This record gives sequence, C-alpha cells and structure tokens, in this order.
Amino acid sequence: MIVGLDVGGTHTDVVLLGTAGVLNEVKVPTDPDDLFQTVLSALDQITADVEPHRIERVVMSTTLTTNAIIQHKLPAVGMIVSGGPGIDPGLYRTNDHYVCISGSIDHRGREIKSIEAEEVAAAREQFMTAGIRNVGVVTKFSTRNPDQELAIARQLEGAFDKVFLGHRISGNLSFPRRIVTTYLNAAVHPIHRQFFEAVRKTLAQKGWDVPIRVLKADGGNTSFEASIDYPAQTIFSGPAASVMGSIAFGPEDGEALVMDIGGTTTDMAILIDQVPLLDPMGVELGGHKTLIRALKTHSIGIGGDSAVRFEDGRLLVGPHRDGPALAHGGPTPTPTDALVILGKARRGDRDMAFEGFQPLAVAMGLAVEDAAAKVFEHTCRLILDAADAMIARINQQPVYTVHEMLAGKKVAPSTILVLGGPAPLVAEKLEALSSLKVGVVPRWAVANAIGAALARTTCEVVLHADTERQTAFAPEENFQQSVERSFEHRDALRLALELLKNKAIARGANADHLEMEVTEDLQFNMVRGFQTTGRNIRIRAQVKPGLIHDYDPVAGRLM
Amino acid sequence: MLKAKHKTGLVFFPAFDWAIDPTHPEREERLLYTQDQVVEEGLLDIDGLVELKPDLVTAADVERVHFCLPDPAAVMTESHFISAGGATTIGRAVMEGRVEKGFALVRPPGHHAMRIVHGARGFCNVNIEAIMIEHLRQAYGVDRVAIVDTDCHHGDGTQDIYWHDPDTLFISIHQDGRTLYPGSGFPNELGGPNAIGTTLNIPLPPHTSEEGFLYAIEHAVLPILEDFKPQLIVNSAGQDNHFSDPITNMNFTAHGYAELTRMLKADIAVLEGGYAIEGALPYVNLGIILAMAGMDYSHVQEPSYEPERLRQSESVGTTIAKICQLVKAYWDQRGAIAAEVRAKPGCDKRSRQIFYDTDGIHETQEERIQLCAECGGALRIDSQSDRGRRILAVHIPRKACTRCQAQGRDWFEQADVKRYQRVALQDRTTDSYSVRSA
Repeated sequence: MIVGLDVGGTHTDVVLLGTAGVLNEVKVPTDPDDLFQTVLSALDQITADVEPHRIERVVMSTTLTTNAIIQHKLPAVGMIVSGGPGIDPGLYRTNDHYVCISGSIDHRGREIKSIEAEEVAAAREQFMTAGIRNVGVVTKFSTRNPDQELAIARQLEGAFDKVFLGHRISGNLSFPRRIVTTYLNAAVHPIHRQFFEAVRKTLAQKGWDVPIRVLKADGGNTSFEASIDYPAQTIFSGPAASVMGSIAFGPEDGEALVMDIGGTTTDMAILIDQVPLLDPMGVELGGHKTLIRALKTHSIGIGGDSAVRFEDGRLLVGPHRDGPALAHGGPTPTPTDALVILGKARRGDRDMAFEGFQPLAVAMGLAVEDAAAKVFEHTCRLILDAADAMIARINQQPVYTVHEMLAGKKVAPSTILVLGGPAPLVAEKLEALSSLKVGVVPRWAVANAIGAALARTTCEVVLHADTERQTAFAPEENFQQSVERSFEHRDALRLALELLKNKAIARGANADHLEMEVTEDLQFNMVRGFQTTGRNIRIRAQVKPGLIHDYDPVAGRLM
Repeated sequence: MLKAKHKTGLVFFPAFDWAIDPTHPEREERLLYTQDQVVEEGLLDIDGLVELKPDLVTAADVERVHFCLPDPAAVMTESHFISAGGATTIGRAVMEGRVEKGFALVRPPGHHAMRIVHGARGFCNVNIEAIMIEHLRQAYGVDRVAIVDTDCHHGDGTQDIYWHDPDTLFISIHQDGRTLYPGSGFPNELGGPNAIGTTLNIPLPPHTSEEGFLYAIEHAVLPILEDFKPQLIVNSAGQDNHFSDPITNMNFTAHGYAELTRMLKADIAVLEGGYAIEGALPYVNLGIILAMAGMDYSHVQEPSYEPERLRQSESVGTTIAKICQLVKAYWDQRGAIAAEVRAKPGCDKRSRQIFYDTDGIHETQEERIQLCAECGGALRIDSQSDRGRRILAVHIPRKACTRCQAQGRDWFEQADVKRYQRVALQDRTTDSYSVRSA
C-alpha cells in the first residue's frame, strides 16, 4: 500500500492506495502555521486501521518550501557569484550577503580569468561573521566547466553546514536562473530538512519504518535523502500532483487539457499521449525564474470563490478572493454562489447567496437567476479563454532547426479533464462552450493525492561532449571524463543513458520500469580553418513523468 | 528583475541543421556559441525582450523583390524561406507596435543577392532585408526606408535592388573593395539617374578600429539620415568587421558594435555575415541586443580583447575623414550630380557581368531604365547566364507614374518570348508578378 498526501492551501488530501485502487481517502483542513501537525493528523487518520508493515512508502507534496519563498520567510544565506564579461552579475542580487568576485569561463568552458583566493576568503569571513549556515556558489558557464565553483567550495570547506554549487543544481544554461535556483536551494534547505526529519522521526516512533518520497514540480518523486541536496525541486509540486492524478484519464494517443478548478485559482496543464508537458526552462515562483524542472502549468486568478462584480458595464471575475462564497457566509458574490442559485451546487445557503447576489443583478439589469446564469457562463468562458491563450503560447515556442520548423507540430487538445471542487458542476457548461470533450476526473476531490502516490521517480541528465577539448561532462552528476577524439554521438548517447539510469535508481526508481527518453540530441562538427577539428555533442535525457507500475491508477471511470 | 528600456523583439533562427557545405563558414555551428551566450546570459528572461517565432515567407513575398530563375523554390532552400521570414516577423512586430525595435538573428544571410537571382553569391540566395522591406511597404504602407549596411563586405545585392529607388536610402560601410569581396562599393557608386544620392558607399581602409567606424557613423551616416528622414531604419548587421574574423581585415570590437547600434537607433537589425563564431559573435550579438534594448553593455568584452593591439593608425584615421567628407559632399550636392548624370547620353543603360562565386555562375545583364522625374522609372533587364538561362525582367516601381507603368507593360507585352525562357513583369503598383513564356 502507498500513502499519497497533498497539502493544499485550504485542505490537505490524503489517500491510501492498494494495487486495486483507492482504499481510503481523507480530507483535513490545512493549518498554514503548523503544517507538521496537519500532515501528522492526516497520516494518523488515513492509517488508523492499517498495520504499519503493509505500507510500502509515503509520498508527500507540500506547500512548505513554496510558502516560505512566497512569504519571504527564508533564512539568511551567503552567495558567491562570478560573472566575467556580459551583463553585470550585481544586477542579479538575490539576497543581502551576495558577493561578486572575479573570474571568467567562456561558452566552451575555457578559463579566461582565474578566481582570486583573497576575494573568496573575504566572502567566507563576511558570511561567518554574519552567522550564515548555508552558502550558494555560482559562476557563469559552470555547466561547461565547474572548476572555479569547485575551487571556491574547497575554500569554504568546514565553515558552513552546506554549500550548494550551481552546476550540481541544473545542467542547463542560464546564469541568472542558476543564481536564483542555487540561492533558493540554499535558503529552503534548513526548512525542508527540519520538516521531513521531524516527520520521519515521528513516524519511526510510531513504529513506521517506511521510506518517504517527496513530489517534485516535474510530477515525479524523489527519495527524501536525495531531496536534501536539491530541496528547491519540491517547490510548486501542488499543481503537479493534480496533473499526475489526471493522466490515466487522458487519451493514450492525443492531447488533453487538465483544469484544476480551486477556490482561488484554476491551474491548467497539457497532457500529450498521457505524458505531461514540461516547461522548457523551469518553474517561475513569486517573481523568481528558476531552472527547476517543472510541468508546464498556467494558473489564473479565477476559482469558485473569486470576487464577482459589475463595473463600467463589464462583468469582472477575480483575480482576488474576498473570502468564502456568500452561501458559506462570505462577503461578496462568487461563481460558487451562481451555482448555488442555479440549483447546481447543493451545499451552502441559497437564501444568503440569493440576497447577496441582488445588488449585482440590479447592476446588470437582470433577474437574480439570469444574473447567476450569466456569471456562471462568463466564468467558464474566461477559463476557456485563458486555456486558449496558454495553448497559443506553447505553439509560439520557437524552434531552432529547419526540420522542426517545417514539421510544425502544434498542440491541439481534443479533451478537457476537469478536477477540483466544482468539477462535476462545470463540466457540462465547459463542453457546451468549447466544443471539446469534457470529462470529470473520478475522485476529483482527491485526485491530487492519488497523483502524488502514483507518480514515478523522475530525473534528468545533461551531457556535453567537446572532442576538440577532449572532455565529456555531465555537470549535475559531478561526472567529468576525458574522451578520445574518436568519441562519437552514439558513445555520448550511451553514456548519457547510463548516467540517467544510475541516477534514477539511486533516487528510488524501479529499475525494471525505467521509461527513459532522449529529449535533446544535437551534434555539431567543429570546423576551424576548413578542417574538422572535433565534435560538439549535446544530449539531454530524462525519465519521463508518469505513473508507477503494479498499481491501478484508473480508480473509477471518467465521468 | 532586469527590464529593457526599449521593448525589443528577437527572432533567433540558427538553422542548426543547414549548411552550404560541411566545412563552409556558413554552416550549422555558426550561431551555436551565440545561442549558448544568449541563453547563459538569460537575455530572453529580461522583461521587455521577447523572442518571436519566425514565419515563412511566401513565393509572392520573394517575387515582390526578385526575379528567380526559374522560380523561387529552385533557388531557395527551406532555410532561406525561414530566414527571410524571420526578418519579416520582426518587421511586422515593429510595424504593429508589439515591439519598439527588433533583431532578426537568422541565417543564411542575404545582402549579396541582387534583383535577378540565378543562384547564390557571397553565401546569399535571396535578399532577406529587401523581402522584409517590400513586405512592410505592401502591408503597412511604409514609404521612406533607410538601410545602413554595416557588414564588412559591400552590400552589393541590396545596392542593386534599390539602385533606382529614390525612396530607399542605402548606405553601405565596408572594407575597401580593392582589398575584399565583392570588390565594389566605391564612393562614386551613387545610384541610377532617377535616384542619385540614395545609394551611398563608405569604403574603409583595412585595420579600421572602433574609432574609425564610430567616426563614420557620427560624421557621415547620422547627418545624412537626419536629412533623409526615413520612416524606418534597417541595419544589415554583419559582424565580420570584428578583429578576429577569419575572412576580413578590420579591427572592430563587440563594444564598438554595441556603440554603433546605440548611435544608429535602427528600428530593425538583421544579421548578415560574421564568421568568428567563437571569439566574436557571442559577444557582438550580446552587445547589439543590449544596445537595442537600451541596457548597459559596458561589461561586454570578448576574451581576446587587447586595446593596444587594436589602436588605429593615424593614416587610417585621415583616410576615413576624407572619405566621410567626400560622401557627405556627394549627398549635399546630389541634385547637381543628378542633373549632370542625366545630361549624358546613354545614362539610362548599363551592361554588367555578374559572378556568382558561391555557385560559380556567370551572368550578363543589359539594363535599361526609363528616365523619369516623377518616379523611380520603369526598369527592363535582359539577363543571361552561362547555364543557358535567359530572362527579360521588367520592374514597374511601387509609385510608378502612368507613363512608366505604360512603358513597363509595353516592354512586357511586346517582348519576343521566343528569345527568352521567360519574360516576367514585376508590377509593384498592382503587387503582381506575371510571366510569359514560349
């Protein structure tokens, strides 16, 4: 049995899954000030009658680190950054103790200017004096040559709890994003570690010696042990949980749009042949653009509790929420009230909704029922418009080869999968307005927790070989090897997949069911003075986000 | 978060799967390190820098500018349709106000492609700037356009296309044609009799440094632009003036390119040549993008930069000052020069030999322009290649007067189709391209 747990803003959902499907599901209110208690209480309830040894693992998706970032409740960390020529790295300052030092590496990983030991020593002193425990180190093009980051780390050894190095965080280019991502990892590290260690300890005291997995933003999980080194990967896993809970219901051969309609927001994502679409760069959170691998999701400020008003002849919905719906004692008309008035939603006080809706109906010049119908339809339309815009943006993504340009693959979903509180109430309307097939994900209220439980372990490897410089290098794996000039494309491919396999197994993947795929595969002949002097090979491979084997994810039929 | 002062559009199309041939300078690898630099610097995350996906141009877009033998599809690869499309995408975004400025970082380049196209010259098949400009004129009614070509090689293709157009100012700054391909672009090349002065050439001596380039911009280009008052400034932004370029002899720098971009204030830049793919392009492109966006580029510097080694000699400086003075004088006296030229009998005719170095084709042209005080004049070109292809090409300019329209149609209709494979009429007044053949 697997326990899947998803901490949301209002509720925490937890499910107990057996191989045949959901055995039990529980919803508890989230206490944002004490997530630890929230999690324990959810786990207590779901496992009340279960023998501990029957639990295979617990997979958790929490808002812990996400909230810390959004609410600016991060501890002080030290950052050492070296830019070299280009945009001034001082412009990318992430925090108070942010020190720019000399040094420069070019795009092929050649050292242009060495680092100055005294500058590193001065930064070290500054951080120690300030009582800083965690440090991030980032140099430009460290994913092509990590030597300067490693040299800086050696100088910091012994003085801090943990030093995060940019090239280990992601193999992708983007110096500013690497700075932000390294900073976030260093900053959320103590929060993440403390929380999960406490959870583990408490479970151990109850006699539960089960592995804990943590859901990541890319819709895959990772072992708790591995997450300690990359804690920021766990931010923004909430939307990923819902998407993973839906994928079994997407078309096997085709595209689907997933819509998770919540109280404050609606989150959207795309499934292609039951595999979620990933963001090409990384997640964006609270104004931070990162290199954290994530599902391509789009969130709009329209949900069941969004504030509805009529201004200057226009009906407005969201993006803010003033509180619960009128029908639940709230202050402002909401789409939920429209559903209550129209008799679609059973819960809530219809009289309160009706009364609170009256001024809005007067302003719109309609009877209350007609106003409610209009609000309902308008809300659905806004959600669909946002979905269209998201798809248009995905299809505008530039490509860099003639082949891809002419192949011109476009995303065009045939199906919408809805989940979240009001899912069954809006499905019909969405279908009528959009002309797409709309289905409600079964167990729509806890599909997110099911998604967390059934997500497989994912990871990615980036390998860069430069046979003129005779190096092959996978930055995140701390893998560096000198290669012969005869090193070829197929050698690089084999090496990348081997690294990926080892990494996935180390992080908890099932070795018998690794779904690996190559997502980038480029080879360039390097020509200098009309002579071919080497090959520049770039491979990126991943374990695709998807569901684990041996458990039936289709917990019911699509409604 | 960083913010661009001017909202700037970028089309980046490195054509990672296209080359003229595997070891040619115009090969897959050319923009690889530029892409690395652009991505590593995080340029596309800057608020106000927008990456746009290139559209493909159509054959009609191409035939608004060129006469292709036998047709556009035969002289172009898919990559040409995309690179011309990328330039056009940027142009449309600027015209529609979606961005203030834009840079098409595309390949293959185009500025050696002339009006008649039998094949590839100087790595170019079709003229991507001209295709963009004529598209914008057709779609948005733009009239006066200035093209400043800062590639190290003379932009002879663009010069040929706009030779007779008084509404397009073409200024080329390049390494002296006596020392570099294509061997043209001297100050006395001033345009056809109906458009004297709207073609200007500023040949610079080898080893010109940042100082010399910026001098020419400040003392010749900017005052002339000021006079001409274009609605749109296009920069053919070749990057082969760089001191490390393998096929030229200049001493320009990444910082200099950024300065030039800031001074020129072009609405649209289109990449042309530039073959120092590791030591120059990543830094030059970074400098140009930051300068267009109105951002700080003072930290942009190539690793091999040594100011001492790049200092310009006094004699180079003196030569440049003289050339700028001469070009400025030609511009100021263009009315008088035009009168003088037009008084000469036979000024309406040109005979030329054109060599297509990339494809090894020889072309012979007999050209005739209708002298006209009201418009660019009807144009008739009899062109024959050593591959046995012959065309009679008639061009009626966009703002042709009724007399020139009639003359153009007459040439087209009266031509003896048996003598040519094709007789073609490019009528810009009706935006049509018609062909007669035997």
